[in-house]
Amino acid sequence: MAKIELTRNPFIKNALKSRYPQLAVFIVMLVGYIFAILAGLIGTSVGSHNFSIVFVWIAWWAILILVAVPFFGRGWCAVCPIPLPGEWLQRGAVLSPPDKKPKWLNLRVPKMFRNIWLQNISFLLLALFSSVLLTTPNITGIVLAAMLFAAIGLSTIFERRSFCRYLCPVGGFIGLYSQTAPIELRVKDKQVCVKCEGKPCYNGSQAGYGCPWDVFPGGLTKNTYCGLCMECIRTCPHDNIAINLRPFSADLAKPSTRMDEAFKSFIMLGSAMIYAGVLLGPWGAFKNAAYNVGTGAWFLYAIIFLAIIFVILPGLFTLGILPTKSTLPLKQRFASLSTALIPLGLLFWVAFSLSFVLTNASYILAALSDPLGLGWNLFGTANTTWQPMLTSLLAPAQTLALVGGLIWSARTAQKAANEIKISSIPVIAFCFITTLVMLWLLL
Amino acid sequence: MNSRFSLLLFVMAGLAVAFAPLPVPPITPQVQTFEIGAGQFAYSPSELKVNPGDTVNIQLVSTDVVHGLYIDGYDISIEADPGQTKTLSFVADKPGSFRFRCNITCGAMHPFMIGKLTVGTNNWFLRSIGLATLAIISVIVSVKQKA
Repeated sequence: MAKIELTRNPFIKNALKSRYPQLAVFIVMLVGYIFAILAGLIGTSVGSHNFSIVFVWIAWWAILILVAVPFFGRGWCAVCPIPLPGEWLQRGAVLSPPDKKPKWLNLRVPKMFRNIWLQNISFLLLALFSSVLLTTPNITGIVLAAMLFAAIGLSTIFERRSFCRYLCPVGGFIGLYSQTAPIELRVKDKQVCVKCEGKPCYNGSQAGYGCPWDVFPGGLTKNTYCGLCMECIRTCPHDNIAINLRPFSADLAKPSTRMDEAFKSFIMLGSAMIYAGVLLGPWGAFKNAAYNVGTGAWFLYAIIFLAIIFVILPGLFTLGILPTKSTLPLKQRFASLSTALIPLGLLFWVAFSLSFVLTNASYILAALSDPLGLGWNLFGTANTTWQPMLTSLLAPAQTLALVGGLIWSARTAQKAANEIKISSIPVIAFCFITTLVMLWLLL
Repeated sequence: MNSRFSLLLFVMAGLAVAFAPLPVPPITPQVQTFEIGAGQFAYSPSELKVNPGDTVNIQLVSTDVVHGLYIDGYDISIEADPGQTKTLSFVADKPGSFRFRCNITCGAMHPFMIGKLTVGTNNWFLRSIGLATLAIISVIVSVKQKA
């Protein structure tokens, strides 16, 4: 399938170029985000009746993992409200660039942090406390507020969107999985960028800001670090930026060579498997261990969690690829072949989330009418009774997702292995075994 | 063998693995009674196995706060106050694996208070293993054909 340039459509192009449609969505998102913080802090402590839990961990999560990431890649980042207040402060403006920029420190993020290791760590920190985070409104409120203030603080110290690019726990995995999405922002002609004077897409101009994600669009080869903020569409003086519709997983044809990205794949794959077992499985001892933070059982849970992600899964993977004949160092083979785990991980999360979301979606209507759990009935749906949805379709849908992910990953493994001229069989075997474990956990 | 033909073969094999009827061994239905303790946030026992056609009596005993027990797929439930025993009786006429879960908000981890009921063999799991195996074979075959 050839690429289709969506920005050829004047309506789409004008809607993306204008700041107002995006601002309107931003404002709605920001209001919702702040309301989620307040609901978490002042609303009922019963999670299933609190807006912060129901709308963040059920509604938003469902949209993110089942729709936004698979089909729009970093589409969520394009409308995410978290960096907004900090960015407005940093720019000294809400819309177009002001005549006089405010004097913040505007430092460059130190080189040692210019990778996604901090995002890996921030995700794992939340993951280890997720049983409390997912179920306790005030903890959700505190974490949401902390992310907002961290983004503001970093905007006053470092240039551009340093929070999104290097710290956001969600942005890390969205970036990883956005490589599979059928949408991309790319330049139309790289030669135009080479000759372009001043590079306003990166450095900014009167028409707009330099890339907030610290990316030079002319060098973009994958979606991972492009936040789809559309700023380069506004600043490019040559009309050389396009939003394209493309085949799924186009970015995976060129395997990663970075260990931070490789470990992100293992973190996400392992977390989905652990959540499927702990949260959706029938083993109460695991749930209590995960929930009772600070106890001996929780420390044991945390050790096992980290061991699965950093030792067992990468260890098995390495043992598999160790005997493959290649002149490439093991580290490079490890990083390249881990690309194959990206589709599998995404569909593990889809399969896990289907169960969680379909079971709990009926809470959304009740929380809409009574978001703080104070006995309101704003839309007449406050008394909607809990009822799991589509339970008969759940198992077939999960199988479809997991087997589909396995096929997708096996084909990606073959392409990645061909690139570095080694056998793909060990990686396919690894994907097969982890898929069987996930099937056992979910079905 | 051309690639379209082999794809068709794999699709047909996949449909057979997913939907072909399996032989059911004749088993005389029995009455099976389980006493299940429900406490934050677990059932004990949390895994039940019965045969298709069995009459199942679940005696739910809540050990702390009010708990419920709702069985996915069967769409039936009971609730038990602390210290009380409530009984749910039904005929296990749908084979497969079903989650049962608390349907009364009982605390923070309430959405994850889950158990598992298996009626007969968990055929869908076995079919899924078959589909995964078939999927891997099809990918390997398709690559060998291209080579």
